[in-house]
Amino acid sequence: MNDKPHLDEEALTELQDVMEDEFDTLIEIYLKDSSERISYLRDAIGTSDADAFANAAHSFKGSSINIGAPQLGALCLKAEEAGKDNRFDEAAEVVDAIESEFQHVAQTLKRFLA
Amino acid sequence: MTRENDALRILIADDNDSDRLILKTLMKHLGHQVRAAANGSEAVAIFADYQADIVLLDVLMPVMDGITAARKIKDMAGEEWVPVIFLTSLTDASALARCLDAGGDDFLTKPYNKVIIQAKLGAFNRMRQMHQTLSQQRDLISERNRQLLEEQQLAKRVFDNIAHTGCLDADNIRYHVSPMSIFNGDILFACPRPAGGMHVLIGDFTGHGLPAAIGALPIAEIFYGMTSMGFSGSDVLREINDKLVRILPIGMFCCAAMIQADFQLNQLRIWNGGLPDGVLFRKGGGRDLVISRHLPLGVLNASRFDAAMEVFHTSAGDSLLMMTDGVLEVENEEAEHYGEARLKHALDTAPDAETPIDTLLGAIRSFTGEQSGQDDLTLVSLDMVVASQFHEAAERLPQSALKGPAQWYCVYEVRDDTLAQFNPLPLLLHICMEVPGLRRKSADIYTLLSELYTNALEHGVLDLSSDLKTSPDGFSYYYTERDRRLENVTGHFIRFTLTHSTTRAGGQLAITCEDSGRGFDHNCQVTPGTRVDSYSPETKYSGRGLLLMQKLGHSLRYLEYGSRAEIVYDWELAIKQPGIGHE
Repeated sequence: MNDKPHLDEEALTELQDVMEDEFDTLIEIYLKDSSERISYLRDAIGTSDADAFANAAHSFKGSSINIGAPQLGALCLKAEEAGKDNRFDEAAEVVDAIESEFQHVAQTLKRFLA
Repeated sequence: MTRENDALRILIADDNDSDRLILKTLMKHLGHQVRAAANGSEAVAIFADYQADIVLLDVLMPVMDGITAARKIKDMAGEEWVPVIFLTSLTDASALARCLDAGGDDFLTKPYNKVIIQAKLGAFNRMRQMHQTLSQQRDLISERNRQLLEEQQLAKRVFDNIAHTGCLDADNIRYHVSPMSIFNGDILFACPRPAGGMHVLIGDFTGHGLPAAIGALPIAEIFYGMTSMGFSGSDVLREINDKLVRILPIGMFCCAAMIQADFQLNQLRIWNGGLPDGVLFRKGGGRDLVISRHLPLGVLNASRFDAAMEVFHTSAGDSLLMMTDGVLEVENEEAEHYGEARLKHALDTAPDAETPIDTLLGAIRSFTGEQSGQDDLTLVSLDMVVASQFHEAAERLPQSALKGPAQWYCVYEVRDDTLAQFNPLPLLLHICMEVPGLRRKSADIYTLLSELYTNALEHGVLDLSSDLKTSPDGFSYYYTERDRRLENVTGHFIRFTLTHSTTRAGGQLAITCEDSGRGFDHNCQVTPGTRVDSYSPETKYSGRGLLLMQKLGHSLRYLEYGSRAEIVYDWELAIKQPGIGHE
């Protein structure tokens, strides 16, 4: 689908370095927020709220890029664009892809936790 | 204002918990103070009491987006510059540009990079400090400027009190001075003379502003002081020149003209040092030029300074116009000077009904067009009037509340070659003016003293016959002979004895003037039955003096063949204001 890596190890290492003791907290916050966002995206599709969908995807994109999950970020961008264009069929497909990619990222991230 | 070592107060707003945590931690790592908000509205609330140096805002946030928050924060910061940096995962160029259009100063893209963030904060901090320095210096300059203006206003008040305009408001004077600058270096003073008539001084200092104004102060002091004491125009000029030579730096001087107007003699005596030609308009048409024949005041030292004034015989209705360089130098939009040729043309083609000063001002105004802001003009015109129409300003003086000397007596004698060099009248007048009640009568007293002195000197000591003055040729012979004889005076004196006492109504001043001459036939000088009012230029000049004295004094007696004259002058406390000739 795209060739971006699941996790940018270099970025994560730098983040670990910067965050020090807060790193674990950060990962936990990210994981919790992301699960919530996935449900939020599904709800937005259910109510056909394109703006809410696009905004949630945009926000999810930002945090995923920052945490060092570029492929998830790219999927979020795709979702954001679908939301802006009111393409709900495609949106549902992208959310499935996001959920599967997130599972993968989450498992890998948990390995970084102390 | 600047906190030590670049530690900044930073405000972050991001609705994304993980992103906010990353940024906050990153900033703390870099040694800055951080406050964080989850949306734009919270950020604005925090900014109200947290003086952030730099604000970082996510663009898309619930409740209030970053762009609205940025606008509010910029408003709240007022004059202070608070950089706003937008946080964004936007990637297309036009979306990034919109952030800056909306009032942002820069943007940071995700993922955050520690090195780039550090560099940007450093750059913004330098700009912020520069802005602060600029603002402080601007405030400092504007404060200094305000102080300067305030000081100038204060100085102007003092200046106006000393260098007041004197009797410029007299009916026979018209003038224009520049309203543009507090101190433009031009001066214009007028002061009535105790013997009647007036002095007018118009001048233009090199330079502008405070230095020029400072030079004007002693001039005003000397001009008003000496004129009121009865000194001649030449005496005043000599004193002013001497003062300016001593106080002005080299290269600074004052182009000026002194005008001594005598309405009794119908005479103008004018000294022009460096001003443009004055113009004397004759009543019947025709003009005489009053050319500058001297260097400006403040250039030559006393031994080389020539205070001789040029004499113009006039009649009532003649009018003198004098001006400063500003008139010739005024520029139009093409930066051309007004110049002498245009001035002459304007006066040549002037309508009859208009006064020359109005003609000239009108012509200059149409020459400069809209550039009236450069007005640096000083002009004065003085009309010769019938003597009786010129009211003495001294009569209008308020009566002094001080009790001066009332009962006194003094003798003052001038001897030998001092008679040729020194005029004792101002000193004698000064002594009399110590009596408060006499101050309003300075014109009368001066006239009495000067007539007594002139008679004693010319007819007594110098033994000149006033018969000489009946013909125009004799008139000039008389004065040539006077100067010649003055140079050779030896063994002579003129002695004044002044006695003042109080009376029920006011006071009495008795003046005795004795001289060492062999006397003169004073009876020939007064034509019996001639009324003073019918005096005309055809009557004998010397006769006028005696008649005037008789009119002013209570009694006039000549004794010892005319070498001793006694006159008694009565004055009353002013309840109403009696003028000259009251009985």
